[in-house]
Amino acid sequence: MAKNIAVIGDSESIKGFSAIGLDIYICDDSEHAAKTLRNVADTDNYAVIYITEEYFNSSQKERSRYEERLTPAVIPIPGVKGNIGAGTKRLSSFVEKAVGSDIIFNN
Amino acid sequence: MAIMNVNPTRMQLTKLKKQLKTAVRGHKMLKDKRDELMRQFLDLIRETRDLRDKVESEINLCNDHFVNASAVMSKESLDASLLSPKQQVNIETEVKNVMSVEIPEFSTSTRTSDSGDIYPYGFAFTSFELDDAVLSLNNVLPDLIKLAQMEKSCELMSAEIEKTRRRVNSLEHVMIPRYQDTIKYISMKLEENDRSSRTRLMKVKDMLLDKAHNYSGKHG
Repeated sequence: MAKNIAVIGDSESIKGFSAIGLDIYICDDSEHAAKTLRNVADTDNYAVIYITEEYFNSSQKERSRYEERLTPAVIPIPGVKGNIGAGTKRLSSFVEKAVGSDIIFNN
Repeated sequence: MAIMNVNPTRMQLTKLKKQLKTAVRGHKMLKDKRDELMRQFLDLIRETRDLRDKVESEINLCNDHFVNASAVMSKESLDASLLSPKQQVNIETEVKNVMSVEIPEFSTSTRTSDSGDIYPYGFAFTSFELDDAVLSLNNVLPDLIKLAQMEKSCELMSAEIEKTRRRVNSLEHVMIPRYQDTIKYISMKLEENDRSSRTRLMKVKDMLLDKAHNYSGKHG
């Protein structure tokens, strides 16, 4: 079944994505973003959900429900305010989980 | 010595020996699985890290383009230009099996094949900075989707490696020693029973012989 791609974030960061054919969900604060993430992910229409790093960090609890599932993949992207390192931190946490200590990102 | 709560019988012993054999074989197989998963995971995570660095810097560039565009256009006209898209990206998910971990493979298709459809506005009233911004974002999209696929794979694989590692450790340090100890305990107990019945028989034999031949010489 063909699914779509969603983007969650503040208006400035994500409005460009709507032009190239992704569905955007504009949120004003982290609470709204967490709620939106939940609603969007539960519709099961989206295989990938990009979320700006700022809201990615604040929606830990909502995200954890989708960790074990194949889709949707919740992926952090840098917002207009710049890169705050949430994406790299996430990868480093995977290494830590798998290996026991971070042997890739610690330098 | 941690032993199981079992009866020291020959039947239990055979059963436990069989279980130990299975446990050892399972341990070896899970260990192989863990090592192979780990190898693939480390390759994948290195690749993902490089791709993420690339995508992040590209997105930052796109954001710069959008900032430029919003500098020369009013917010209203910028929003109006972007918010009624012509294009739609569809994504097809296929499942790939890597060492019993199911990882997704995304393939994308667009609703229209015209590459010009990423501009949902007329060119007359918009600035060329906006065209740049939208085009650069469109160029990032394939990498962005690949990144999603790889990060999800990393996530699922790391969870599976953790699970497998726990299983290997519990087999290696708990289950197998416990089986071995219990087997040792039962075989020792059986040998002990064997010896005790043997001595009892010898004693009985002595007593019977004594009675029959009167070896102790009570009557001279």
